[in-house]
Amino acid sequence: MATIAAPLVVPRTADEPYGVWSWLATTDHKRIGTLYLFTALTFMLIGGLEAEIMRTQLMRPNQHIVSAELYNQLFTMHGTTMIFLVIMPLSAAFFNLLIPLQIGARDVAFPRLNAFSYWVYLFGGIFITLPILFGAAPNGGWFGYAPLTTKTYSPGLNIDFWVIGLQILGISSLAAGFNFITTIINMRAPGMNLMRMPLFTWMSFVVQFLIILAFPVITIALVFLLFDRFFGTNFYEIARGADPLLWQHLFWIFGHPEVYILVLPAFGLVSEVMPTFARKPLFGYPVMVYSGILIGMLGFGVWAHHMFAVGMGPIADSFFAVTTMLIAIPTGVKIFNWIFTLWGGSIRFTTAAMFAIGMVAMFTIGGISGVMHSSPPADLQQTDTYFVVGHFHYVIFGGSLMGLFAGLYTYFPKFTGRLLDERLGKWHFWVNFFGSNLVFFPMHFSGLLGMPRRIWTYDGGQGWDTFNFLSTMGAYLLIPATLILVYNIWKSTKSGRIAGNDPWGAGTLEWSIPSPPPPYNFAVIPKVTSRYPLWDVKPPLASTPVPNTPTHSEAPAPTAAELGIPMPYHTLKPFLTALALPIMFGGLMLMHLENKLPHYVFMYGGAAMLVGCLYWWLTTPLEPEHHHA
Amino acid sequence: MTATAADVGHGYTTTGLPHRKIAIWAFIGSECMLFASLISTYLIYKGRSIAGPFPHEAWTDPSTHHVYKAILNIPVTSCSTFVLLMSSLAMVLALAAVENRDVPKHTLGDRILGSSKLWLFTTAALGATFLSFQAYEFTSFVHEGLTIRTNLFGSSFFTLTGFHGAHVTAGVLWLLTMLGIDFKRGLGPKDALNVDIMALYWHFVDVVWIAIFTLIYLIK
Repeated sequence: MATIAAPLVVPRTADEPYGVWSWLATTDHKRIGTLYLFTALTFMLIGGLEAEIMRTQLMRPNQHIVSAELYNQLFTMHGTTMIFLVIMPLSAAFFNLLIPLQIGARDVAFPRLNAFSYWVYLFGGIFITLPILFGAAPNGGWFGYAPLTTKTYSPGLNIDFWVIGLQILGISSLAAGFNFITTIINMRAPGMNLMRMPLFTWMSFVVQFLIILAFPVITIALVFLLFDRFFGTNFYEIARGADPLLWQHLFWIFGHPEVYILVLPAFGLVSEVMPTFARKPLFGYPVMVYSGILIGMLGFGVWAHHMFAVGMGPIADSFFAVTTMLIAIPTGVKIFNWIFTLWGGSIRFTTAAMFAIGMVAMFTIGGISGVMHSSPPADLQQTDTYFVVGHFHYVIFGGSLMGLFAGLYTYFPKFTGRLLDERLGKWHFWVNFFGSNLVFFPMHFSGLLGMPRRIWTYDGGQGWDTFNFLSTMGAYLLIPATLILVYNIWKSTKSGRIAGNDPWGAGTLEWSIPSPPPPYNFAVIPKVTSRYPLWDVKPPLASTPVPNTPTHSEAPAPTAAELGIPMPYHTLKPFLTALALPIMFGGLMLMHLENKLPHYVFMYGGAAMLVGCLYWWLTTPLEPEHHHA
Repeated sequence: MTATAADVGHGYTTTGLPHRKIAIWAFIGSECMLFASLISTYLIYKGRSIAGPFPHEAWTDPSTHHVYKAILNIPVTSCSTFVLLMSSLAMVLALAAVENRDVPKHTLGDRILGSSKLWLFTTAALGATFLSFQAYEFTSFVHEGLTIRTNLFGSSFFTLTGFHGAHVTAGVLWLLTMLGIDFKRGLGPKDALNVDIMALYWHFVDVVWIAIFTLIYLIK
């Protein structure tokens, strides 16, 4: 195979459409994954900026850079953004890109529903993010505890944006959940039985069940809050006999599985990255699968450990303490299995491998401080302090985000055809690693010294000053780290090295096809006989010795038409159906205006548009009629 | 069994089941959690309303001495429950008629049982009758002094039954759409999957009502 001289062009099939239309109307899971990726990274910059402002405010005692009210909006939006608009969609970017490729499918089960999920996410994200520009952003914390968030205590539009924004975003996650469950159950290539499925797909599978079972609960909690705020119902009105714990229970029945929704995809990615760069199969594959399932199941039985401080009594406290300790077991199993995967491997320290190893280290710290909370007496000392903030940032930043970065460095070629720059990647890793530890580690100390969460400023001389200063310095280190990543993505998308099919010598199906894959993915659906089919042909130790060295570039793949593969039509219907949601809900928000006309026009207009577009969508075929041979 | 190229062509699925069949079951699983949250909230708030009216017992307003009678009208709701249960029977017959469209029909009975239009219409009509009962129930409750704002019972009762009613409404619209397609071009065995999915949804909504009727109406 010939070595291609620069400038290299990523091979694309001739019939691939281009331009804005091709993105608005796409149903291709890889393009939708790319949209998710870049949208989530954009929201990450916004959520990161919010954190930087907070850390600047807290750098020294008694600073007044932002007002207390704006600070409330900042921490609410930082949490909401990072959870719902960054980590979940970044995971969704990988669900979209990888699930069909890893199971040997040509797309997801419902390509248009998939596009719908993305557009709902985008519009919901804009809906909930824009108000901060007008000082009207949600200000009740990402958990939005009612009755604090009822009209009595939170007048104004802030919480309305939050309730409705989350309601819209929930639709996106639910639709995607049904889609991916069907895809994984029903679109596996022949021979791809469940115990041969790559671990990322397995963990994604578990996550989709968590999503479809946990999101309805917060949907109902939000419906109650919305009805209380808009129609005067009494769900959270304590004076009318309501239970002040109703919201907390409903929220955390959703909220704790949500924690695993955030971290299991990263677990899956790390479980792909480790074998690839240690060049040996994953240690204890079946145990990794079962522990993932067990984490998902136990995840529904630990929610009240978020509520030890409310006084549920010794029986409930003991029950949730025990389940919380139990869930540490399958999680610990995973950590040991990753370490044993590295053990005796021929490790290549690429950026992706470093992020994966860093993730295991950081997540272990977060996991250990997490088990500390499982004991109610200890938790009573730690709850609502910066100790908890330190803990969950080790889990979500150190665990989820670093795992997702490991995935990004590995799978960037499948998005774009090009590799991310390794030198910049290592800078990104080290600055990010030192920065994040410098932000979050001192928080354990300031927390144990009694610094409460969510305070907008504090008096000096309580022993918190140094730790806060260090945290802020760490936060400032994350700025260059993020800028390096942004520059790397920008540069590598334009002129990164051409990856070829399999730049890392990995073993799973997604590496058997070009990067980026042609629209139909697999010209011939593969037959799978093992967990690492590519390593059956080419053992891992014989694979590319030096990372980031392109070997060759394949000729453009044949078009779908040439191969006789029916492809879905391009369609705007999912986009338009999704657009109807913010119009309809935006109309609801106009209800309290003196003039009712805009309220009726937008709400009923949006509802009519939603129903009309749905009918139009459901009564038109997905793809051209095809004839069976 | 070895897979040949034709096996894995377009239309191949791992389980042999169509995608939509799996998706509707996942959807129903998700809906269970939705209704479980609503029903749990109703049960948690049962007996916690500070002021009446109450579901099963009369209440005298201490300030006006007005007597409010027990709100729930079990005989009327038993009728609407029966109507909804019968709609599931009609739905089963509609699906059978669509599946057996090409089977020759000899007697009048065969033709009646084999008319998908008749049974789709009956299902939709029974669904609409149930909704009329609910509309009657809601208006009479409001006349008796219970609105969604009155107390915890009103809020949780109207929200729970309203969510169920909205599901029935969506089902009726779905049925009428199918009926329209049936009149336009006739539904046959190739449409059986679509009718089957609709039927699963319809039966699910029906089962949820059985839970609601038992837990909210029958248990005092």
